[in-house]
Amino acid sequence: MPAISNAGQSYDVAIIGAGIVGCALARRFTLDGARVVVLEKALDVLDGASKGNSAILHTGFDAPPGSLEQACIAAGYREYLETAEKLGLPVLKSGAMVLAWNEEQAGQLPQLIEKACENGVHDVAPLTRSQILKREPNISDTVLGGFEIPGEHLIDPWATAHAYMLQALANGAELIRDAEVLSGRFDRHWTLTTTQGEVVAGHVVNSAGLYGDVVDERLLGRKSFSIRPRKGQFLVFDKAASNLVSTTILPVPTKTTKGVVICRTIFGNVLVGPTAEDQESRTDASTDRSTLQILRSKGVAMLPGLASCEVTTAYAGLRPACEYQDYQIAYHADHACVTVGAIRSTGLSSALGIAQHVAGLLGLSGKPLCNPVIPQVDRLSEYHARDWQEEGNDGIVCHCELVSRREIERVLDGPMPPATIQGLKRRTRVMMGQCQGFYCTAELAEMTRGKLKRPLGCDHDG
Amino acid sequence: MTDERCTVAVVGGGTAGLALARELMRVQVGRVVVLEREAEAGGIPRHCGHYPFGLREYRRLMKGPDYARLNRERAKAAGAEIRTGTTVTRLLPGGRLELSTPCGPSSLAAERVVLCTGVRESSRAQRLVSGDRPGGVLSTGALQGSVYLKGIKPFQRPVIFGSELVSFSAFQTCAHLGISPVAMVEEESRIVARKLFTPYLWLKRVPLYTGVSSPRILGKNRVEALEFEDCNGALQTFETDGIIMSGRFRPESALLRRSHIAIDPGTGGPVVDQFGRCSDPTYFCAGNLLRPAETSGWCWTEGIETARRVARDLGQPAPSTSVPLVTKDARLRFVVPQRLTATQLEDGMEHMYLGLETAVNATVMARCGDRVLWSGSLRGRPVRRITLPLGEILRARPDAPVELTLEG
Ligand SMILES: Cc1cc2nc3c(=O)[nH]c(=O)nc-3n(C[C@H](O)[C@H](O)[C@H](O)COP(=O)(O)OP(=O)(O)OC[C@H]3O[C@@H](n4cnc5c(N)ncnc54)[C@H](O)[C@@H]3O)c2cc1C
Ligand SMILES: Cc1cc2nc3c(=O)[nH]c(=O)nc-3n(C[C@H](O)[C@H](O)[C@H](O)COP(=O)(O)OP(=O)(O)OC[C@H]3O[C@@H](n4cnc5c(N)ncnc54)[C@H](O)[C@@H]3O)c2cc1C
Repeated sequence: MPAISNAGQSYDVAIIGAGIVGCALARRFTLDGARVVVLEKALDVLDGASKGNSAILHTGFDAPPGSLEQACIAAGYREYLETAEKLGLPVLKSGAMVLAWNEEQAGQLPQLIEKACENGVHDVAPLTRSQILKREPNISDTVLGGFEIPGEHLIDPWATAHAYMLQALANGAELIRDAEVLSGRFDRHWTLTTTQGEVVAGHVVNSAGLYGDVVDERLLGRKSFSIRPRKGQFLVFDKAASNLVSTTILPVPTKTTKGVVICRTIFGNVLVGPTAEDQESRTDASTDRSTLQILRSKGVAMLPGLASCEVTTAYAGLRPACEYQDYQIAYHADHACVTVGAIRSTGLSSALGIAQHVAGLLGLSGKPLCNPVIPQVDRLSEYHARDWQEEGNDGIVCHCELVSRREIERVLDGPMPPATIQGLKRRTRVMMGQCQGFYCTAELAEMTRGKLKRPLGCDHDG
Repeated sequence: MTDERCTVAVVGGGTAGLALARELMRVQVGRVVVLEREAEAGGIPRHCGHYPFGLREYRRLMKGPDYARLNRERAKAAGAEIRTGTTVTRLLPGGRLELSTPCGPSSLAAERVVLCTGVRESSRAQRLVSGDRPGGVLSTGALQGSVYLKGIKPFQRPVIFGSELVSFSAFQTCAHLGISPVAMVEEESRIVARKLFTPYLWLKRVPLYTGVSSPRILGKNRVEALEFEDCNGALQTFETDGIIMSGRFRPESALLRRSHIAIDPGTGGPVVDQFGRCSDPTYFCAGNLLRPAETSGWCWTEGIETARRVARDLGQPAPSTSVPLVTKDARLRFVVPQRLTATQLEDGMEHMYLGLETAVNATVMARCGDRVLWSGSLRGRPVRRITLPLGEILRARPDAPVELTLEG
């Protein structure tokens, strides 16, 4: 098979998988001066675990102290806040409160506060019941107590990953989508066989998320962990619900129950979820009516006003968990390969920290770019200026999310155009609002005609 | 920035908004501006490429697009300004509107604003339908828009989810595409549109499943099947490449929810008195935003009547002392109007409009304290048009909340 696109010359690093982790790795290596290629199995980036999460930038206050996960979150959190500013990514400092609803939970609070301090999150502070109700008057008055973590933020999970990848691309990296890595040979350098041909690279990083163990077997003939997908379902409430609560409400984890989170999104909605359901399937992200009904009643119990709020949508994400309680990051020095596996439920927050860690492991000998190009990123926050408020936006196409024609065209004609309607939704928020496409589907079908690999209207006839 | 000013601003140039604007011009209230976010005014009928439209309004049998054009032309000819591509993004107290136009943001101040933003269908998520999230799940509105406005054929053998009137419109849209649905599936225990539609399905050899539960959508990238339990609890799986999520109308109230105007949880639209006046008396409402959902002919008439009320209100504002009209009976989903201004009897709605939660056959009473102001009989089913006279209730001049109760 011919080598693809790099015409015989090899890359310094091939990254397998363009989830949030792969995107962050691509950016790090590129900025460090390496020639990078990213190989993604799906038609578009962010098609795996990174497609659905709670979109919280965690401080890591509750991570296992001393774990690799905790270290990566702490480093990732710090770098995120700097990077977001440089790239123009919107962040919302919502803060969070861990709330106890029964005595068992209340009993856990002191330990959790201690843990937070151990993890270097020193601004946590206990809250009495009346302080909680004063700050969030719509919370059910059955709350007993809690503590606050002011540093928790809300971010755009998709724009974040896109921004990392766009910055990598703008500074010379390559992204090949629809290219599943099937096997690899290592003989001083790597030759990877993909569904689109062969790719030659000095080093390989496996960031295949839900397929991390599978890819390790394909490349190394062995695996050191087994992915155990854990589904999380969410219910998304209408924007009106965001008037009910501003702080992220986190549960106290206990042995018997795992509570749900209530948080706003940076797009102005309110999320209730996620569930934690172990399953075999690495692809089944279906939602279930009875589970969603349970989520709704749990949400209403904590925030009674939700009872009269409309649901906008529901979705599920799959955590790439495994049998161990920590990230599985391993450097196979004899194979010039790093596995970045089991980035289970905090990868959005830790991705930049993981990238620093992996760059340290590989120790590539490039020359860091002095003036890296800053790409144009998606700015879709409800709490920041949007394109529809600017001149020359060419009119609104998606009325619920107020997405302008100019925004959609910019993305369709941009350096990393979407291949599917899901990709367009993640880049612009079209069809993600109350009407779920009632008003804009037809217009979008026309605007995207011939531009998507999987068209919006299927033309069976040709 | 100083606002541009007009006498009446109409938000939404669909059937109700256009009829209203034309009538306002006819009675010469002053400057009337219709704000329409689509590239063309006309509303939902623009993409209803079927009959029957226009019988009541123009005594002519028309298809939706022709009817929408006529509504548009009449409003324009009467002198109303129609601004398309203009989205109203905020409603502010006292009739000030923030707008987004292709050139950028602007604003408009009106002496009265009439909200006519219509209804839409509930999405798959709002009905909490289980399963995967593949492509090929469309509302009737999105289907009709794709087919009639853009010439796109979204699927070959869809399942229609729902059995309301609009579900049968979806049927007609399929016929227009030369395709036949593989099934009609309804969660209610019987067909929601009138029973007389059943032979139609039978003729077209399309199976109807009512009383289904646990619907689940299967499919990776595109819909592959719809699975459900039929009324006997047996698991049914229909292979299909599309699902039309039809009906279960909800007022298009995104704008309202972000505003200062009171919303009625029952209808999902604004709280109005019998003049269609909202909690902020500079705002009025007409058309399907008032309640889900009526035919175009009905909304057209509502537009005209509301225009006359607005015109009168401009000359001489009606007193704003009103009492609530409420119901606590779980069988009643909503009542319009939600308030009564008993200090002015003339020129308001002659009927109240009820929405039912379940089938009802009962006596209905309007009580004010221990007085019964009116009683009558009520027989009907959910989603059907149910109107009851308001006159006697108003003439009794209630000075405290009026409650509707059902007996039997
Ligand atoms: C319900 C839920 C809530 C969460 N909430 C948060 C939160 O609030 N904050 C937070 O920080 N984190 C959160 N997370 C965690 C976060 O989403 C994950 O840690 C993160 O998405 C993992 O990313 P990844 O890049 O490792 O994996 P993935 O996103 O799965 O990326 C792997 C990629 O590799 C590709 N791939 C697989 N096999 C191959 C192959 N053979 N060849 C080429 N490509 C291949 C896949 O297609 C995929 O695109 C949450 C997760 C879930 C599920
Ligand atoms: C899918 C569907 C099919 C239907 N089929 C039929 C049928 O076959 N026959 C029938 O009689 N009735 C049908 N109806 C009922 C339909 O609602 C009425 O026919 C009629 O269109 C209602 O008129 P309206 O003015 O209330 O709303 P619409 O006609 O819906 O008009 C509302 C207008 O407001 C605009 N708008 C909304 N928000 C804003 C904003 N913020 N700024 C600016 N403009 C805005 C919209 O773009 C739209 O043009 C159908 C309804 C639906 C949803």
